[in-house]
Amino acid sequence: MPKLDDNATQSITKVIAASSLGTLIEWYDFYIFGSLAVIIGHQLFPSDAGASALINTLAIFAAGFIVRPFGALVFGRLGDLIGRKYTFLLTLVLMGGSTFLIGLIPSYSSIGYAAPILVLILRLVQGLALGGEYGGAATYVAEHAPPGKRGFFTSWIQTTATLGLFLSLGVIVGTKNILGAEAFADWGWRIPFLLSILLVGVSIYIRMKMHESPVFSKLKSEGKISANPLKESFQKKANFKMVLLALFGATMGQGVIWYTGQFYAQSFLENTCKLDFNESRYILLWAILFATPFFVVFGSWSDKVGRKWIMLSGMLLGIIFYRPIYQYFIDATNVGEFQKTELVSVSEPVISSEYIEDKADSVITSTVVKTLKSGGTFKEISVQTIHADKTLAAEERKISFADVTLSSVTYWIIIGLVFFQVLLVTMVYGPIAAFLVELFPTQIRYTSMSLPYHIGNGVFGGLVPFIATLVASFQGSTPLSGLWYPIGIAALSFVIGAVYINNKGDSEVMD
Amino acid sequence: MNALKRILGILWIVLGPTIIIFLVMQAIEKIAAATEGIARTNTTLQWSIIIIIFIPICAGLMIFGYYALKGEYDRLPQNSEEL
Repeated sequence: MPKLDDNATQSITKVIAASSLGTLIEWYDFYIFGSLAVIIGHQLFPSDAGASALINTLAIFAAGFIVRPFGALVFGRLGDLIGRKYTFLLTLVLMGGSTFLIGLIPSYSSIGYAAPILVLILRLVQGLALGGEYGGAATYVAEHAPPGKRGFFTSWIQTTATLGLFLSLGVIVGTKNILGAEAFADWGWRIPFLLSILLVGVSIYIRMKMHESPVFSKLKSEGKISANPLKESFQKKANFKMVLLALFGATMGQGVIWYTGQFYAQSFLENTCKLDFNESRYILLWAILFATPFFVVFGSWSDKVGRKWIMLSGMLLGIIFYRPIYQYFIDATNVGEFQKTELVSVSEPVISSEYIEDKADSVITSTVVKTLKSGGTFKEISVQTIHADKTLAAEERKISFADVTLSSVTYWIIIGLVFFQVLLVTMVYGPIAAFLVELFPTQIRYTSMSLPYHIGNGVFGGLVPFIATLVASFQGSTPLSGLWYPIGIAALSFVIGAVYINNKGDSEVMD
Repeated sequence: MNALKRILGILWIVLGPTIIIFLVMQAIEKIAAATEGIARTNTTLQWSIIIIIFIPICAGLMIFGYYALKGEYDRLPQNSEEL
């Protein structure tokens, strides 16, 4: 093993802590947008566009993910040319700055279409920054870690993506509880964005004190830095074929498992099962809390038994169990059916009416809260249109359900099922940083590992909620149809990974 | 195992354009089914994004299949010197 310079004496604990904190904050910044997509849609998009506001926001959300691979190329190249430390400092500044500015954008009612355009621009900057961050942090930690411990050390970086989500959900739920739902929807949603500037400031201070990666410093002092990392990564067949293998045999499947477990599950519970806003988030928070230590467990275990089969087992379990799990979600929240036999009480109706000016019709909305024998509650919303001539609308009264809360037993079963999904996330995600780092040489590591990671996670994973929702809206589809996307992608990645990838990689990363 | 790797290479080569054709057909169907106005614009935008993203990825899958067919993955590099 080549001799390292004095920088190598830097405590590995400090290296992990400083790298992980910055990456955690970047994930926090990135997630609060996704978690608040509906409110942002109402505030920053045309108010009469209804569902289109949400779709537009989701499109921007997707745009945030789609530009990540470009961020990987831009900052990966920079990281291989000027060093890991300054590159992931830059990504942190860009991410923190753009998040803070999103919190300051005036509403659509104040500045019109400038609002959604500004959101789009800042969201793209966020995506670019995130694309550069992860590869740098993983590379930086891996290049400090001794052989045989790389999976363990880099798994701490892996926890940040989940902890960032945990932090973002915690801040959102906490802010909403303190301010109340109305104030939160009006202006309080800006607080999680504005708070970011403090977190980023602390992280920048800590990262400024870090030294450059010892392996990179050594290469630099020997004049062996790559002159053109992009060319060497993607035009040299021997390396490009490994980039393709990393993408199709690992990161593609890992990405969809991750986003299904940590995002689609919560979105499905809230939008399809009509679970209460807070309840769906608390479920995810508990699941993440219980599952997060397993990133380190599986990362460490991969040092002993190899990375491949742990990751592929996570994919296989997802392929087998997603549909039964989501079917249970639907069955356990079918309040329309439960009320036929389990209804205990019904509250006094709250009636509101809205006059539709252009048609001179009135829409009467009646809301009651119903309680079930099991202890669960839900709102039943009945909407009826009365025409100007006082006749009722020909179509039937529309009844929908909202704000479903669960009985204690069902609540914990669903937490268990979401926990199982996040556990699969830890299996595929815990070892992947070490796997990618060991696949590529130091000169082009940042560039080469960042691209497949961000295509796998940004494109394949990031589009899970978007494509799954799209598929579920097709004619003849069921609420479970959207799952075919993550299941299909995970199955393809599983086959490619099982056939083409070696279980033991190159444990030497100093070359 | 090497024979399987090579045979599957053909599948990956075929799968790339098949996915693109499937996506384009879906896009045409969904755009046509959307009501005129904002809904159609949105649908067109969504599908355009999806197709633009997946074209290079499917091209990558074809290249991956070609490499597999040619035996490039019969033996993976054991260290960075081989890259």
